[in-house]
Formats: sequence, C-alpha cells, structure tokens
Amino acid sequence: MIVVKNLIKEFEGRMVLDDISTTFDRGAVNMIIGKSGSGKTVFLKCLIGLIKPSSGAILYDNENFLSMKSKEVKQLRRYMGVLFQGSALFDSKTVLENVMFPLDMFSRKNKRERQKRAEFCLERVNLSDAIDLYPSEISGGMMKRAAIARAIALNPKYLFCDEPNSGLDPKTAQLIDELIYDITKDFNMTTVVVSHDMNSVMNIGDHVIFFNEGIKEWDGTKSEVMNSDNQALNDFVFASDLFKKIKEADEIIAEKEEERVK
Amino acid sequence: MSITGFFENVGSYTLLMKRVLTIPDRMREFFKDYFQEMYKLGVNSIWIVVIISFFIGAVIVMQIALNIASPMLPRFTVGAVSREIILLEFSSTIMCLILAGKVGSNISSEIGTMRITEQVDALDIMGVNSANYLIFPKITAFVSFMPVLVVFSMFMGIFGGYMICIFTGTPTVDTYVFGIQSFFREKLIWYSIVKSMLFGFIISSVSAYFGYSVKGGALDVGRASTDSVVINSVLILATDLVFTQLVLG
Ligand SMILES: Nc1ncnc2c1ncn2[C@@H]1O[C@H](COP(=O)(O)OP(=O)(O)O)[C@@H](O)[C@H]1O
Ligand SMILES: [Mg+2]
Repeated sequence: MIVVKNLIKEFEGRMVLDDISTTFDRGAVNMIIGKSGSGKTVFLKCLIGLIKPSSGAILYDNENFLSMKSKEVKQLRRYMGVLFQGSALFDSKTVLENVMFPLDMFSRKNKRERQKRAEFCLERVNLSDAIDLYPSEISGGMMKRAAIARAIALNPKYLFCDEPNSGLDPKTAQLIDELIYDITKDFNMTTVVVSHDMNSVMNIGDHVIFFNEGIKEWDGTKSEVMNSDNQALNDFVFASDLFKKIKEADEIIAEKEEERVK
Repeated sequence: MSITGFFENVGSYTLLMKRVLTIPDRMREFFKDYFQEMYKLGVNSIWIVVIISFFIGAVIVMQIALNIASPMLPRFTVGAVSREIILLEFSSTIMCLILAGKVGSNISSEIGTMRITEQVDALDIMGVNSANYLIFPKITAFVSFMPVLVVFSMFMGIFGGYMICIFTGTPTVDTYVFGIQSFFREKLIWYSIVKSMLFGFIISSVSAYFGYSVKGGALDVGRASTDSVVINSVLILATDLVFTQLVLG
C-alpha cells in the first residue's frame, strides 16, 4: 500500500502538483488520468524518487520514502518495478539480457537459475520467441512486454507504468493493459498506471484518480467515472466521441426502461 | 559559457565524479563491461592512430629535413629533432586531440542517448548507481588502454619518417636511424605515457559528464557531443601546458 499525503511540487515557482493526497491499495490497479501536461508523469516520478517533491509525504507500507537514507531507498527500490513511457530497454543488450539485468545485479542465485527466472518472466508476457533479439529489432508492443518482464523479474511489490499503451495500436494496447492487470492480481502488487486513454480506464482501472492542472480533481471507481457530475472530468471522459455515444445510448436505454416500467 | 555557468559545470562534474569513482557493486558486471569498452574505445581506435601517426611522422621528418638544410647542422639532427617532437608532443597531445573527437563524441552521444530514452532513469530506479555503472568502465578501460595507443603512435610516427628517408634519401636512412638513437632519454617515453593517460581520463570523464547531463531530445545529444569535443580540446591543450611546465620545466 502506498499513501501520498499533501504532495506539492513546484518548478521555479510554478505549481505542477498542488496538494495531492491519495491511497493506492495492494492488489489493485490504480489509474491516474488527465490531460497532457496535467502533472501525471511528474507525480509518478515523485513516487519513484526520480523527482524530489517540494513538500509532502509518500508512505510505502507506512515507511516515509522521502525521509529514508540512501541505503534504505536502495533497499526499497529492489521492490519497485517501473515501466517507462519509452520502454527504456538497454539498447546494447538482447531482450533476455535486459530481463536478466536486474537479476545479475541483485540476485544471489547462480547463472542458470537467473536465466530460468528471466525466461519464465518472458514467457509470462508471451515473448519467448524473441529472447535473442535486440530492442531495435522488435516492435513497440514487444518492447513494452519486454520492459514489463524486466520490471517483474525481481518480484516487485510495487509496479509503476507511465502511459503503458501510448503509441500502440488498440489491439496491442488492450493486450498490454490486460497483462498489467493480470500480473497485478497474480502477484498481488500495488500498481500505479498513468494514462490518458479512457479505454484502459474502463478495462482495468480498479481505482481512478483524475488530475486537472496539478490538482486531484476527482477520485473513485471506474463505474463511477461515467456518471460523475464533475465538469472537468466529464470534459475529459467525453472528449472522445465513442464515450459520448455510449453515454447517450445508456440514457436512451434508461429512458426506455422507465417507459416500460410505467 | 558565463562565469557562473562555468563554475556550476565544474561543481556538477566534481559531484558526478564522486559517484563514478567508487567500487562497483558487481565486479562480474564491471569486468564484462570493462573489456567491452576497452575493445570499443581502445582497440577500435588503433587504426586511426596508426594511419594518422604514420603520415604525420612522415611529414614531420620531411618538413624538418627541408627547413634545417643548413651546413651548420649535422644531418642526423633531423632524426633527433623528429624523435623529440613525436615522443614529446605528437604521440600524446596531438593524438589525444584526435581521440577527443572520436572517443569523446562516442561516449557523450551514447550516454546522452541513454539519458533521453530514460535508460539512465531505469538504472537508478533499480537501485543501481548509474553513474558508476555506465561511466567507470569507460574511464578505466580507456585510461588503461592509452599506453598501448601511445606506443603504437610513437612507433608509427618514427616508422613514417623512416619510410620518407627511404623514398627521398634526405636524410639517408642511416643518418636518420643514427639521429633517432642519439641523445635518447627513456624518461620521455614515460613522460608521454603518463601524460596521455591523464588526457585519457579527461576525455572519457568530461565527455561522459556532458552525455550524462543531457536534457531534452536528440538535438541536445548532438549538441552535448559537439560541446564535449570542444571543451576536451581546450582542456587537453591547457593541461599540456601545465603538465609540461611541472614535469620538464
Ligand atoms: N523538469 C521539469 N522542469 C520544469 N517543468 C517541468 C519539468 N517536468 C515537467 N514540467 C512541467 O510540469 C507539467 C506537467 O508535466 P507532466 O507531468 O509531464 O505532464 P503529463 O500529465 O502529460 O505527464 C508540464 O507543464 C511540464 O512543462
Ligand atoms: Mg506524461
């Protein structure tokens, strides 16, 4: 479980995150949604310690991340898996070597066991036939899957994904979403996913947080997203024609139901 | 670069080096990278060192033979003077200026690309000291391979001059060889090797600093790599002055 308390981040006097408080539960996919530039990536980077917040607290299972010594931070990081927006696979290593890398650096197991673990992770993401290829030789969707495999290699407790399906076709995007959802449930992880894709939200979002210009505007479950009366959230959700039509269709069905009841 | 910008850079370079120059977490990984980098930065630079040293050595002998054609000076002076130039300045300083272009831009663009594609962040997030993991093998590999490059360069420079003597006959081969051997001080070879290792450290660490601190996109990686070559060249020449004054002056 991750608890965020009154998180504030300023860049040269500009508020990018304004007093964010929230809780991310274990075994749930927590989704942060919002327009481009609303501070989602900055928030995620604060969570994982790549950006230092101006003030506030981030509690990882009741331990304050921001007041930890560097040794404790290093310890905690063994339990974090991160999927970066551009996958961030190491160019000079093959897919298998990429997944083995965290094991090579931190696991005490011997080479054969490490390789077996890496192959297991790659199998989990359906990438067993690409293990000897280099990142430049595989597609964007495969890169994401390889990056997921690398992120889960050390059995993390926390998984962070920044726009996991940006730049992918809808079908592949859905596969990646489902993969993230399944491994969250399988390994009982605390997963935080940043996205601006409403499809993902409806697919996998257990807990949805809506950011608007650095402020946590709304917080709820995915079934509540469609029926909220928050103006900014509605503008975001129904920006896509498809969701507008779904809502209209819902209303028509509801009306007809009412008529029939009468 | 403004004055404050200069001091800021010196400060962050020093802080980066503090993170770089530590014992690696995993020796096995370090040695793997060390030999890879030695091949990439060192062995792959041999050909350019060989070619350039050969031609510059030839030209140095040719120029000196033409310009000190005086009855007051014995002909073997050509060999002795050429040797001093090649050993003292050419094989260390000039060669390092060339390597600053080749190796320096390679290092800064590689690390810069890793920075903008979040590979450096990925390392940090795993709890790896990214500065040490990425930069330390490069510095150690390049510095420890430097003596090999210098020796190649010295040999090829003198050999280039030798070939010129065979072709032009001024001075004759015998005179040239005699010149090369006269008043020889072994100390100069060590001087040159130590100096070039110092330059090797400057090249690899400064270009790594430029790459590591890239912000932005592909354009910024290109700029960082150009900047690193320029700054490296200036630093090498300035260090050369100081080093020469301290050791030989
Ligand atoms: N390192 C930085 N320095 C200054 N401003 C930044 C920095 N990183 C992000 N920002 C600003 O913070 C705001 C939020 O950015 P970001 O979190 O990347 O948005 P998104 O929600 O699209 O991920 C943007 O206006 C961006 O310009
Ligand atoms: Mg973003």
